Amino acid sequence: MKFAVVVFPGSNCDRDMYYAVKDALGEEADFVWYQDANLANYDAILLPGGFSYGDYLRSGAIASTSHIMDQIKTEASNGTPILGVCNGFQVLLEAQLLPGAMLRNERLKFMCHQEGLIVQNNQTLFTSEYAALETITLPIAHGEGNYFCDDTTYQQLQSNNQIVFTYENNPNGSIGDIAGIVNKDGNVLGMMPHPERASDAILGSDDGIKLFQSIVNNWRETYVAGA
Amino acid sequence: MLQALDISPETIEQEKVYREMGLTDSEYTYITKVLGRKPNFTETGIFSVMWSEHCSYKTSKPLLKKFPTKAPHVLQGPGEGAGVIDIGDGQAVVFKIESHNHPSAVEPYQGAATGVGGIIRDVFSMGARPIALLNSLRFGNLTSSRVKYLFEGIVDGIAGYGNCVGVPTVGGEIQFDACYDGNPLVNAMCVGLIDQKDIKKGIAEGVGNTVIYAGAPTGRDGIHGATFASEDLSEDTDSKRPSVQVGDPFMEKLLIEACLEVIHSEALVGMQDMGAAGLTSSASEMASKAGTGLELNLDLVPQRELDMTPYELMLSESQERMLLVVKKGQEQEIIQVFEKYGLQAVAVGRVTEDKAFRLLHNGQVVADVPVDSLAEDAPVYHKPSNVPEYFDHFQNMDQYEPNVDNASEVLKALLQQPTIASKEWVYDQYDSMVQANTVVTPGSDAAVIRVRGTDKALAMTTDCNSRYMYLDPETGGKIAVAEAARNIVCSGGKPLALTDGLNFGNPDKPENFWQMEKSVDGMCAASRQLDTPVISGNVSLYNESSGKAIFPTPIVGMVGLIESLAHITPSFFQEAGDAIYVIGEASVEFGGSELQSMLEGEYFGKAPSIDLDVEARRQQQLLHAIQQGIIASAHDISEGGLAVALAESLFDKEFGCNVAVTNDLTVQLFSESQSRFLVSVKQQDRVTFEQMVEDVFYLGNVTIDGNYQITSEDKIVIKEPTQDLKGLWKGAIPCLLK
Repeated sequence: MKFAVVVFPGSNCDRDMYYAVKDALGEEADFVWYQDANLANYDAILLPGGFSYGDYLRSGAIASTSHIMDQIKTEASNGTPILGVCNGFQVLLEAQLLPGAMLRNERLKFMCHQEGLIVQNNQTLFTSEYAALETITLPIAHGEGNYFCDDTTYQQLQSNNQIVFTYENNPNGSIGDIAGIVNKDGNVLGMMPHPERASDAILGSDDGIKLFQSIVNNWRETYVAGA
Repeated sequence: MLQALDISPETIEQEKVYREMGLTDSEYTYITKVLGRKPNFTETGIFSVMWSEHCSYKTSKPLLKKFPTKAPHVLQGPGEGAGVIDIGDGQAVVFKIESHNHPSAVEPYQGAATGVGGIIRDVFSMGARPIALLNSLRFGNLTSSRVKYLFEGIVDGIAGYGNCVGVPTVGGEIQFDACYDGNPLVNAMCVGLIDQKDIKKGIAEGVGNTVIYAGAPTGRDGIHGATFASEDLSEDTDSKRPSVQVGDPFMEKLLIEACLEVIHSEALVGMQDMGAAGLTSSASEMASKAGTGLELNLDLVPQRELDMTPYELMLSESQERMLLVVKKGQEQEIIQVFEKYGLQAVAVGRVTEDKAFRLLHNGQVVADVPVDSLAEDAPVYHKPSNVPEYFDHFQNMDQYEPNVDNASEVLKALLQQPTIASKEWVYDQYDSMVQANTVVTPGSDAAVIRVRGTDKALAMTTDCNSRYMYLDPETGGKIAVAEAARNIVCSGGKPLALTDGLNFGNPDKPENFWQMEKSVDGMCAASRQLDTPVISGNVSLYNESSGKAIFPTPIVGMVGLIESLAHITPSFFQEAGDAIYVIGEASVEFGGSELQSMLEGEYFGKAPSIDLDVEARRQQQLLHAIQQGIIASAHDISEGGLAVALAESLFDKEFGCNVAVTNDLTVQLFSESQSRFLVSVKQQDRVTFEQMVEDVFYLGNVTIDGNYQITSEDKIVIKEPTQDLKGLWKGAIPCLLK
């Protein structure tokens, strides 16, 4: 399976994402610079964390208007798995591939530490390797991770089972303790915690590997196992 | 203000305009001798920044020469952007520390942010990828609103820059003392990793080669920053705000990636960052090191403001700029890389044969001075030195012994002293994990970063107990180096080398200069004994406010090599039932201690003594035991003594302990005697451990019951739930900031 790691100016978790796929999973990955992108040949697209365009204006706002987003939208509608982590999640929100918006953390400070998460939906192609309601530990590192949406959207997220991860102890004020959500079709996941940083036990947690493994296994079942 | 270009060389001399730029009368006269004529306005400005303490080390040079700088594993000592150490497998580690004190005192956010940006550039200008940031901070007491403002602003600035640029901030240290009230210290350290074959130097070799300016355009910010850093902070520091630079971490991130791409091009000859004294110092130093000259056409320098004068262009300290020397005819190859990242890269000059530093502006030569006169010929001063009265007085005092009635209450109070209390409020704001290599995050003795693709890791720390430095700078200097090495050893690493961030008061005062001399003597002795040469560093003088100097504060930044990931050792207890030992004995040593500060409100007497032979032996024995796999945890005993070290070792897993101490309880619990470690070992390893390490004393065991318990002569002297102690320790700083 071949992953594209999209690199915007200011992305800074691109290498972490790349190594999680290459080293922890043993799958193929390429860095794809936002200008010379051709995403059609990839089986999954990863939008890494960082500060695209310095997060000047609003987190993810400038990156969400770059040309590569047209291709990402096309791939999203084709059903290609797309994962946005941290700044990548913010870009997906700004591009309206996912509903809602990010506010500054409740305490107005950047925060970085391990957080406990609950897998609310293990029926997605990103979470099938986790047990239902499994508790996992992933690091967070963000200043604007306070997820917000209106009541109607929140009810839709709930009734469609789009809330994938919630925090055990809400660190940032997110509505409904939301840490990660998926689109209605289930192929676009945005999350603030960093699974790619939890890909080796020596770093404090390897709970992130199952997420990438889920993507691979589901892809194999669809495209390889059946063949 | 010094804006007018029309000021003639005659006026500069007659009205002593050069004084406003920080040059003395005799320095000015020396310049006229070097040039054989009177310097014009631009030239005077160029000399003034190059001959400032910040760039020339004219006061500290005689002291810096004493540092041991060589060892077989030192690939590059002081003199380049950063020092370089061999870590085997063709790899090297690159690191340096730098201060940004004065700017941070005036404008805390930008001052601290640009301090981080500057030190990162020093590292990637060598061709190394920055893999970790550390810092060392000093503040006044957290009771005044001004200090709180500085504290929050500086932490915010470090976070704002480091987080965005994608280099993890993994460690540091903070002390709070009244002497830093008006003059906080901000020292930032960056560590980089490189394949030895890729090491680049800041040299302008090859006559006819092209000089390329890359990165942010030049503005009017930071003009005369280097001179500002070389004066006392005065009441009207707000007027110095224009001397503070403004950082753009996004630009820096792009610059890192572009520069690390161009180092692989054989077209690149040399690269240096534009730091203090901007274009002036980078250009003239690159030429001086290569024995060449440079000609720059200032009209070609990218500018973000209109009508900038040569003086402003040369002295601006606008951030995120690099100077490259590139083989003639291959410029486009390099420029294209920068353009990919949306950065400007422009040919602005060429390398010449005549060893002159020549600047053109509007078709005219606006400066023409010998390159070596700027970088090499700066005056060197041997300042008078005098033993301060306080020192003799302190040395003649009887050993201070505090009166402790209730050990429990004293422990609780100590855990809430800002210098000892948890710094989680600070480091939680730093992204300590980006790059996904951080094995030991902030809050331990040393941070540990794995070297991806190998079984190795790097341990790193910053240390300096400024209180000991004040009481006895020579002993304090030894302790600063020894403590840094101790922290590296505790984490499982072999100390390799150090970078020094020397922060002192006004060196023109003989008492202050004496402190500098003695501090350096102490550091030299310890770095020789512990085989940790000095490979880079920075000097910041004139750290005073309202006429009072700070405590001498020579920060030691140290890096060590952990040979196998299996050797990485936590600083806190791992399992209930493990045996707790202390290595080394305590004696009546409370001068400069946290307890003295708490009880007396001041520091006096003798600093704790240190025997470097003992220190070296204990470090070697402990490291050996760690490498043999028989140490479960190791923590150095520092501020607050054994009682605090025990508490810190319990907090992570909220264990309890049952520890028995003998003799003088106060000394055993709270003395800050040096060269001591608190370790835990598995019960089955006790015999081996006691054979392997000398001077060990069994204290008791780690317990599951969650109670911190100490007995003396069969009586319980402290019994507190670990959770409660942890609550006090964690809550102290957030509480003070409310």
